[in-house]
Amino acid sequence: MTHSYPSPTAWDGHVKRRSVLKGAAAGGLVVAGGGILTACGGDDGFSGEIGSASGTLNMGSNASDEAPKAGLQAVVDAFPNADVDVVINTLDHNTYQENITTILQAQDDDVLAWFAGFRNKFFADQGLVGDISDVWDNISGLGEGFKAASTASDGNQYFVPTNFYTWAVNYNKNVFSENGWSEPTNQDELLSLAEDMMSAGITPFAFANDGKWPIMGTFDALNLRINGYDYHVDLMGGNESWTDDRTRAVFSTWADLLPFHQEGANGRTWQEAAIDMEEGRVGMYLLGTFAASALTDASVMDFFNFPELDPEIGAAALDAPIDGWQMVAEPTNEAAAKEMLLHMSTPLAQDAYLSEDPSVVASNSGANTSVYNDLQKKSSALASAATGISQFLDRDTIPDFAGAAGDMFAEFIESPGDVDTLLADLEEKKVAIFADFNSGS
Amino acid sequence: MTATHNPSGDSLESADETPNDEPSSSASSGGRRRRYSLLTDTDRRVLTTMVGIPTFLHVTLIWVPAIITILLSFTNWNGFRFDNMEWVGTRNYRQLFTVFEKDLYEALLNNFWVLLFLFLVATPLGILIAYILDKNLQGTAIYQSVFYFPVVLSLAVVGFIWKSVIYSPRQGVLNVLLNRTAEGDQISWLGNSDQIIPIGEYGLTQNFLAIIAPMIWRHVGYIMVLYLAGLKSVDPSLKEAAAIDGSSEWQAFKNVVFPSLKPVNVVILVITVIEALRVFDIIDVLNNPISTDVLSILVTESILGESSNVGRGSAYGVMLLLLCFGFVIWYLRSTFREEPS
Repeated sequence: MTHSYPSPTAWDGHVKRRSVLKGAAAGGLVVAGGGILTACGGDDGFSGEIGSASGTLNMGSNASDEAPKAGLQAVVDAFPNADVDVVINTLDHNTYQENITTILQAQDDDVLAWFAGFRNKFFADQGLVGDISDVWDNISGLGEGFKAASTASDGNQYFVPTNFYTWAVNYNKNVFSENGWSEPTNQDELLSLAEDMMSAGITPFAFANDGKWPIMGTFDALNLRINGYDYHVDLMGGNESWTDDRTRAVFSTWADLLPFHQEGANGRTWQEAAIDMEEGRVGMYLLGTFAASALTDASVMDFFNFPELDPEIGAAALDAPIDGWQMVAEPTNEAAAKEMLLHMSTPLAQDAYLSEDPSVVASNSGANTSVYNDLQKKSSALASAATGISQFLDRDTIPDFAGAAGDMFAEFIESPGDVDTLLADLEEKKVAIFADFNSGS
Repeated sequence: MTATHNPSGDSLESADETPNDEPSSSASSGGRRRRYSLLTDTDRRVLTTMVGIPTFLHVTLIWVPAIITILLSFTNWNGFRFDNMEWVGTRNYRQLFTVFEKDLYEALLNNFWVLLFLFLVATPLGILIAYILDKNLQGTAIYQSVFYFPVVLSLAVVGFIWKSVIYSPRQGVLNVLLNRTAEGDQISWLGNSDQIIPIGEYGLTQNFLAIIAPMIWRHVGYIMVLYLAGLKSVDPSLKEAAAIDGSSEWQAFKNVVFPSLKPVNVVILVITVIEALRVFDIIDVLNNPISTDVLSILVTESILGESSNVGRGSAYGVMLLLLCFGFVIWYLRSTFREEPS
């Protein structure tokens, strides 16, 4: 569905486009003699603060669900520059993600919703998204971790992070208190908790893998705890081997833990698993905090950070996928696009978003945390204490390879005994996929 | 279109006069042959338009993309900008059979299972139901509607229905009926890739059979309607004659009814093969569970999304094209061989 705000007419847009060009020229932003038309290209008319842009701004959004959609509308409503007519072009999020290549190349939208890290860097390296370092010069309240997740290979920024959520071990508070259980902080406590649950007739870990992505979270958590953040990033980047002993160690720990997991994960949706957790048939569920959205009563849910497995590695790294916005390489209205991106980074915009979608956490440290519920506060604390933030497997590596890894994990949990063959096969695919990827870009 | 047009008469007359001119007789409107030309200028224009437009559409929409696909299968390209494209010769094909061979063989075999089950289970069942309903049972219209109903739904919708209503581990009809809904005791209909018919390390997996089941459910209705229409056209006197000659019901069907329905049988064969080769939607909406790849899934998986691998995806596409060709060639040969008689 498309929503336009505040319902522009073609004539209005035309007048405003001309007036911005005149304004830009008057402001000395256009190189003398360069001609009016270059105003849109080279010098963009972005002054570093919101207010001077006008014209129409097209935003490509994947916020097709109710809460994110209302959130984005609130962000746009809070945009202080009323001279800009904002048009939101929303696509179903799967369609959007599958067609992002086409959407980017069409360049119909000025700014596009997307993901931080590898997936944004890839487009930046391809020259498909625009350098917004000048926007970052004016951003305050975003930590170094966020800046790093927005920076491409050339050292410039191509992304504005707006919000994120964390992956952690979710559980039902009531079930834990009824049984006198507490959050485990190390491997021994985790295992004894799992044994307790087994003897109480409760399966310790909910497990679902419909779509072949949810259990990537388990792999990420184990790899981050066993081998640490740097190894995880190298493995995702294709620079470490899947047949390496360190990678194998992850799978052997996983195999040891499998008896504590629900059976038949490949045929279960994460929503079904989350309900099993809510209704007390299962003790814990390692999933993004979006698990709450599947529950009848989200207030029973609480979570803890996946405990440390190796004291030398610690437990300070986690998956916390960051969502945000990028600008296409050649936007029609660059000044408005950059003002909107700057707006997106502010507490004003992020508070507006969170008022409609409280399932995520604001990226700006100046955002109003007093409205956070307990889960948001916990997520926020986890992320700010984290020494390494990964973006979840399917955002941290080539999507093509993430698919191959997803297939392999699905087969592994069915037949853990075949792990050597499966890993050798995956390594072989990795080599082929990364070779294609690197020669193509 | 032209009621007076009689191709055989035309060519006979032309052959009488000037045998060598026969091929050009319809292309030229030269003086002497005008007598024989049965096409007016309007006819010619109409013919050109009616043949030209479909030919143009066919070539641009089918042949051009097919040829481009073949060309792309020899490249490595991520889908962005043409200067990123590099020729890699047959490397994609070699990789298909060395690196991605498990995916490829699984997909080829799964396409084959669909064909086999639609052909050996759904088609006979549809024919049987049509044959029974043709006997003017009471309430035959109701039965027909019931069996035909699934055909009205797209396979994507069928997939959603079966996933949530039939196969859901906790609330699904099957597990509820079998009383297997307890935690730890559930049957994972779509998640269990145990092999039912093993062929080496590949084979027919339990969950792929669970996906074929709704396809059969839908295909039966389709076949039934086609066959019912065919059965109505069988001359009743043929069946009477068979009955008088003392043949059993089965013999009458096998030796009289079935052969006389050859045109319908051919249509059914073609439809079944097409269904088996194009299967995609139901697997996609079921989120492509473990070991349920088919060729069209591999094509889209490789090509959709950013940083897509157009070369490999096209190579999978060419595999699908070759399968189609194999069938088309066999079909055309068997059709044309019988034409003279």
